[in-house]
Amino acid sequence: MSAEHRQYRNGRDDAPRDTADNGCSQAIFVARGLTKVYHVGEVEVHALRGVDVDLYPGEFMVLLGASGSGKSTLLNILGGLDTPTEGTVRFDDVDLTGASESELTGYRRHSVGFVFQFYNLIPSLTARENVAIVTEIARNPMTPEEALEMVNLGPRMDHFPAQLSGGEQQRVAIARAIAKRPEVLLCDEPTGALDSKTGVHVLEALARVNEEYGTATAVITHNASIADMADRVLFMSDGQISGERRNETRRPPSEISW
Amino acid sequence: MRALARKRWRELWQMRSQALAIALIIASGVATYIISLSTLDSLKLTQSNYYQTYRFAEVFVSLKRAPLSLLERVRDVEGVREAEARVRAQINVEVPGFEDPVTGLLVSLPEDRPPLLNQLHRVRGRMPTPDSPWEVVINEAFAQAQDLAPGDTIVGIINGRREDLAIVGVALSPEFVYQIRPGDIFPDYERYAIMWMGYRGLSVAYDMDGAFNHLVLTLQPEARAEPVIERLDALLEPYGGQGAYTREDQLSHRYITQEITSLEAMASLFPVIFLAFAAFLINFVTNRLIRAERDQIGVLKAFGYDNLTVGWHYVSVILVIVLAGAAVGIGFGAWAARALTGVYIEFFRFPRLDYVLAPDVLVTGILVTLGAGIAGTLQAFRSAVGLSPAEAMRPDTPLVYRQSLVERLFGHRLLDQPSRMILRHIGRAPLKSGLTVLGVALSTGLVMSGNFQEDAIDYMMWSHFNLAAREDITVTFNELAGNEAQYELAALPGVMQAEGMRSVPVRMRYGNRSYRSVIQGYEPDAKLHRLVDTGLQPVPPPPQGLLLTRYLGEEILGVQPGDRIAVEVLTGRRPLLELPVAGFVEEYIGVSGYMELAALNRLMRDGHVLTGGFLAIDPADQARVFDELMRRPGVAAIAQRTQSIDSFYESFAETVLVFTFVNTLLAATIAFGAVYNSARIALAERSRELASLRVLGFTRAEIAYILIGELMLLVIIGVGIGFLVGRGICALFAHAISSDIYRVPLVLEPSTYAFGAAVVLGSGLISSAVIKRRLDNLDLVAVLKTTE
Repeated sequence: MSAEHRQYRNGRDDAPRDTADNGCSQAIFVARGLTKVYHVGEVEVHALRGVDVDLYPGEFMVLLGASGSGKSTLLNILGGLDTPTEGTVRFDDVDLTGASESELTGYRRHSVGFVFQFYNLIPSLTARENVAIVTEIARNPMTPEEALEMVNLGPRMDHFPAQLSGGEQQRVAIARAIAKRPEVLLCDEPTGALDSKTGVHVLEALARVNEEYGTATAVITHNASIADMADRVLFMSDGQISGERRNETRRPPSEISW
Repeated sequence: MRALARKRWRELWQMRSQALAIALIIASGVATYIISLSTLDSLKLTQSNYYQTYRFAEVFVSLKRAPLSLLERVRDVEGVREAEARVRAQINVEVPGFEDPVTGLLVSLPEDRPPLLNQLHRVRGRMPTPDSPWEVVINEAFAQAQDLAPGDTIVGIINGRREDLAIVGVALSPEFVYQIRPGDIFPDYERYAIMWMGYRGLSVAYDMDGAFNHLVLTLQPEARAEPVIERLDALLEPYGGQGAYTREDQLSHRYITQEITSLEAMASLFPVIFLAFAAFLINFVTNRLIRAERDQIGVLKAFGYDNLTVGWHYVSVILVIVLAGAAVGIGFGAWAARALTGVYIEFFRFPRLDYVLAPDVLVTGILVTLGAGIAGTLQAFRSAVGLSPAEAMRPDTPLVYRQSLVERLFGHRLLDQPSRMILRHIGRAPLKSGLTVLGVALSTGLVMSGNFQEDAIDYMMWSHFNLAAREDITVTFNELAGNEAQYELAALPGVMQAEGMRSVPVRMRYGNRSYRSVIQGYEPDAKLHRLVDTGLQPVPPPPQGLLLTRYLGEEILGVQPGDRIAVEVLTGRRPLLELPVAGFVEEYIGVSGYMELAALNRLMRDGHVLTGGFLAIDPADQARVFDELMRRPGVAAIAQRTQSIDSFYESFAETVLVFTFVNTLLAATIAFGAVYNSARIALAERSRELASLRVLGFTRAEIAYILIGELMLLVIIGVGIGFLVGRGICALFAHAISSDIYRVPLVLEPSTYAFGAAVVLGSGLISSAVIKRRLDNLDLVAVLKTTE
């Protein structure tokens, strides 16, 4: 990663990628003892049962688990979209679990980028405008055009979501997530709705952002092949972390298929 | 916030048909509000300006004959400011080329100066000159109805002599805004003329030279009317005074006031119902619209938009719709109110229109709708932002369905699967379904209430003229006539039946309530003019005591049958009587007291006398009967039943029905808006579910049945409840506009129910057609790929 890229990261250039593995650098996220209980209709669902997790600066982490293992819940809590029933999350020394509504809003506005499985683009806005809706409120954003070039969507900027393929829509979503230059990128099954070939383009975009900007990235997926492109893989099942693996080398997305 | 702003405009454009429907509801509500209130304000302002400018008198009194010198003493009465003496005479008139009898009221004008009070507004021509005695100014309504202009001549039967009256001018007077021939119920401009002529000519012709028989006056600013009237009555008693009265009892003023009161009732009731309903609908619709935006609220929040920004975004969407609707409503309302005021002013013949749209009316109209819209938005928004963004983006958790009541009662076999879905869906969200039903019910009721007046007026007319006043002609005499007058009437060629009657002006008192009215004496076995009870059965006038119109008894005087009321007779020897109330009769038009003719005559101690009669005639001989009656100087006025009915429908009903038509139109708009919005929202909420069914092999018709079946089921239930709501609104309305001049019976024809149902069901069908088209074009794959 080049020095000039690093300086885009909101002044957080003290976390070179190669320290991600050694554990001595301070983690961006520190989550301890997270539990989450949902009430769905008349049923009580224990989505998380005591999860501890750390995410380090510049790290590319994959959370692997079957559907219903609690990984989306974990990601939502890390992103400030949801609150745990018990446990704590610290982001950069800020306690998210005790944060006020406006602190959480500021956190989401400036520090986190989200990519959702179903893109969640705003159908009435073009690709460019979908990115602009985020850059307009961010502190030090790229231009929407820059962000879209980054995911190779420059030529289709003025198309509405309905005029884009699924893969293209997901890349718009990635552009939207990175345009604010977040410290962390949280992706919930980014390729879940895509075929292998399109999915690879999306993964390439994610890897490139992680490479070039050093954005700490957490991707959750049930697709084991994606795990090979990560620095570190956490396995989740039944609301708990059931294992952890470090990849000595990250496989480029172009070599992945499913 | 440029992207958000763009999102707003694009989404407004996408939901334009729904937005239009909401805006129409608002426009209708605001328009009704403005039409009612500003028409009312304008009418009141116009009236008061007219009265002030033309110096309308405050106290009036008729008398037999008093010397002009008495006027000084009248002016000295404490509390009197200005007084003017006049001569008035009731005459028969012949208009060349017009066969029916025409009655006229001649009023004297001072020779050398304009009148102090009740000044004329000259429309055309000039005033009479002192040297030519038979010049007259006629009132505009009569001039227009008969197509008369300055330069034309009519014939007046003045004190038995035919005189050519030269029309020199056409005018309006605040004293005769409403021109009703005494004894008539409705104005008949073609057959009743108000004419003004110089004092000298008129007084000489009626042997009133140096004297007067009518007095009008105004009061000192702080003076109360009652003591002045008492002193005046005492002063005028020796001169045959017939009891002074205030504007309240002045015929023209009373009718206008009544008309304005009716309008006021409509103006306070209709717009409140409309506006409240519009507010309810907006609240309901915005609430559901915003709920459907739940996931987008989640997305915006996930990207760090704060609640205030997102809240304002949605409020502003609603704001645009509401303000656009309000603007259209104000524009249309102001235009229609001006037009309607014009209709009223034409009807009353005010000299000019003073249109006013009070700012507080505007502001209230806008604020109520705006408030409702914003409340609806915020309510929905609060529940959306109350969720964490993660939850907001998740589809609603599956709701707990239960077997519907119908299934539980009748078992499973009865219904197919789609019908079961309809019932369970309704049962799952009874509140939502209930609100839709309520909206439909209110719409139905509103549409019905628009039609109701027509039914009520038809019934009122029918029962009055077919059950009670069945005579063809009513004759009024100039003076008391002996019994022989009745035989004379009966003997006229063409007259098949004649009944005598006597009418005595009185003031009735009970406790501290009093009311100026008449007691009418009828023959006990009368066949033509009868009294009718609640069950529409004829009742004979009582030989003992007094029958009162129920409204006069219960509402005005507050008496019960058996109570004794004080009756101050305002004519003849002016006896003070105390009479028991024998009972009530049901009458929709006018109020008075009734007795047997002989009993009334006994009380008055005048022998067997009459003041008029009712005739049944052979239609073929009508012209001859008129001719004979006109030639008799004792006949003061002749009224025809068919003309009364016609003139009513031509004038009075027209103004009411214009108002009604506008209301019906707006009610129908609201009804459509309500149903259409419910349908569109239901479509938005359930398209995914229905697309899934299509994927499973359901046909288009089958899924349409699930959605449209539910909609129409709710609409039909709503219409049923709406019938009751409509009846309620009409009852409220009938009560509000009841007065001594007429009472609106609560009569709803089947056609009104049918019309209300038709408008709402029609709205349902059109909405269904729109939905059907959308369902047919449902993109199955796209729908299934979306987040939910």
